[in-house]
Amino acid sequence: MSIFRRGSFSGGIHPAESKGWTAKKPVQKLPVPPQVVIPIQQHIGAPAKPIVEKGATVRVGDLICEAGGFVSVPAHASISGTVSAIEERPHPSGLPVLSVVIDSDGADTWCSDLRFKDDYLSMDRSNMLKCVQAAGIVGMGGAAFPTHVKLSPPGDKPVDTIILNGAECEPYLTADHRLMVERPREIVLGLQIIAKILHAKYAAIGIENNKPDAVETLRKTISELGLPYKVIALRVKYPQGAEKQLINAMTGREVPSGGLPMDVGCVVQNVGTAVAVYEAIAYDRPLVERIVTVTGNGVKEPKNVLARIGSPYAYILEQCGGLTDDVGKIVMGGPMMGLAQSSLDIPVIKGTSGLLVLRKKESSRQEECVCISCGNCVTACPMKLIPKMVVALVKNGRLAGAEAYHMMDCIECGSCSFVCPAHINLLHYIRYGKSEVLRQRKKAG
Amino acid sequence: MDNQYYISSSPHIYTRESIAKIMFSVNLSLLPAAGYAVYLFGLRALWIMLLSIFTCVVTEAVIQRLRKKKVTVDDGSAILTGLLLAFNVSAQVPLLLPVIGSFFAIAVGKQVFGGLGFNPMNPALLGRAFLVASWPTHMTVFSGAPPRGGTVSGIDVITQATPLNVFKQSKDILAHAGDYPADKVTEAQQAIGQLYDSLDKLFMGQIGGCIGETSVLFLLIGAAFLLYKGYITWEIPVSYIGSVAVLAWVFGGSEGLFSGNILFHVLSGGLILGAFYMATDMVTSPITSKGQLIFGVGCGIITVLIRVIGGYPEGVSYSILLMNLMVPIIDRSTRPRVFGGAQKK
Repeated sequence: MSIFRRGSFSGGIHPAESKGWTAKKPVQKLPVPPQVVIPIQQHIGAPAKPIVEKGATVRVGDLICEAGGFVSVPAHASISGTVSAIEERPHPSGLPVLSVVIDSDGADTWCSDLRFKDDYLSMDRSNMLKCVQAAGIVGMGGAAFPTHVKLSPPGDKPVDTIILNGAECEPYLTADHRLMVERPREIVLGLQIIAKILHAKYAAIGIENNKPDAVETLRKTISELGLPYKVIALRVKYPQGAEKQLINAMTGREVPSGGLPMDVGCVVQNVGTAVAVYEAIAYDRPLVERIVTVTGNGVKEPKNVLARIGSPYAYILEQCGGLTDDVGKIVMGGPMMGLAQSSLDIPVIKGTSGLLVLRKKESSRQEECVCISCGNCVTACPMKLIPKMVVALVKNGRLAGAEAYHMMDCIECGSCSFVCPAHINLLHYIRYGKSEVLRQRKKAG
Repeated sequence: MDNQYYISSSPHIYTRESIAKIMFSVNLSLLPAAGYAVYLFGLRALWIMLLSIFTCVVTEAVIQRLRKKKVTVDDGSAILTGLLLAFNVSAQVPLLLPVIGSFFAIAVGKQVFGGLGFNPMNPALLGRAFLVASWPTHMTVFSGAPPRGGTVSGIDVITQATPLNVFKQSKDILAHAGDYPADKVTEAQQAIGQLYDSLDKLFMGQIGGCIGETSVLFLLIGAAFLLYKGYITWEIPVSYIGSVAVLAWVFGGSEGLFSGNILFHVLSGGLILGAFYMATDMVTSPITSKGQLIFGVGCGIITVLIRVIGGYPEGVSYSILLMNLMVPIIDRSTRPRVFGGAQKK
């Protein structure tokens, strides 16, 4: 019996996919960078705490920062060498963050032998969870929420369904696509571990049907391994990979307003996270590298690379042929939800799914005109909000009114801003409104 | 060096659409009907169109300059208002009328409220309503040379009445048959029969009427283009024309209930122009699909009310203007259920 279906969600948009540059390029393992910068904040939650001193010698996989609480993960050395500094460094968020800087010794020595444990499935649930946290695993799709927290739902929220997210609906990005094609076995075995941790009855992988090779490969792998999981080919539509929309499309369930997937018995994990979980449990291997799609008109040789966590953008872009002369914008992540970056000194962190380099002429938005009430934002909104009303209310300082129009339900997918013919960045105003509401709530206690 | 890159919040890619692109596409979609109008009514139709457009653009530019705002006549919306206003007057009106109508449309219909995006009513229709109220004779009687290809009006050869006018007069005669001499009654019956037999001429626009409302065929060609581009959606035209069809069938006949000629009511007057080009105006129509359906049905009801029992033979422009004013209420009461929100009871 299966509860899964090939459904869809309401709303959404169809931006140009722009995946052709890298979709067919196998992941290239980059050489060890001369230096890595590992921030203590690479996840949602409490920052990690550095436990090494300046001058310490570290090997790959050595713990350098311990978790700062339950909703936090530790960080590990991603190269072997010497800790040359512990100081504030530029960070993808835009604000400097305390970081451990390691200079490579060129040897790339591991701290353990990474031996395969063939009885890994017999490990009990709580040890598995400890192992996942100890490996420093966070959601690899971009949100970077600590995975062990998602895998420990409270007892009153029974989870029966685990969904692996291979939608990769962001234009340009192909990191998950390549992972699914090149490492299907690890994904499926990772899913098996996650399903075991959650005691989930149903498990499926959702993939947009513009990646038929990934769908086919994973189906084949699942049947070879004799596992009962489904692979669902989903319609190509942004934001198909947004958690709530993915659950809705694949199961018909609707996460309640203000709620979490576990409220409808679901947990969603990215396919990359599944691989990290498998490596953590089966090999005791911490998260020290990830696949990054380096792409866009502004980079000379777009490719998918396997990069050490902490590699500065400058190093990665250099490995991709460098930049063109007229680079206007560098985005960490995809073009719809990614963050614009201010410097090439910023490092790759656990949630860096892509580096998108745009040319000057693609980088700035046209001047904002007035809203002509075309309703495109209403049609596009996957949460069925009326973005133009929310924005009008925020602009007039009427935050309570904006809340009544469900502003806080916005998932910040950017579909409204994408479709607006008046070139209004609606999401910008909504983000401002949300942050103001949160600030006021905090003040009120 | 660190400031060399653009920093902005996501998203970082955008649609290629723009307001100017939408407005100029609508202008473009009206060109077939405009060209045909020149063929039918002569060069005078062209002068009226150019005069209206010119007045609208100049009025908008001057007012924006006076308000110390950016002059945005290049977005094509003032051109569209001018073109639509010209479509709403006959080719025989004195040239002063389109000038005054255009000025009123832009100044009072649009700029008074703050310009594009803030006007509660369709400016071109408001301009037309102003002209109808000020010069009723010029705006409802279509005199002068008959258009090419003959006409379908059989009742009066001197003034070139619109089919709806003929229909209304004839129907009134039939309704009070006892008060009229027998030959008048027969004449009225013949007139209606003639109208019903000439639906092909209605479709092609060989009738008395305003510059742009007569040729259904060419209006539909433009509308198909707009639907294809997604600049108008099906909801308003379908619900508007559909409700006119149903109500006209029930109440719009000359021989009691359920005797109305659907095609006659749909093809005549400004219904096609109104339903596809004016009721669909983004600024002055509801934003949700459900709201647009309600809006269209509302327009349909008022149109038929005016045609059947109102004082004017035609009700398209007033029905749209009245429904324009309902838009805020419609929008407020048709808010969609938010994803994950409570189910409606």
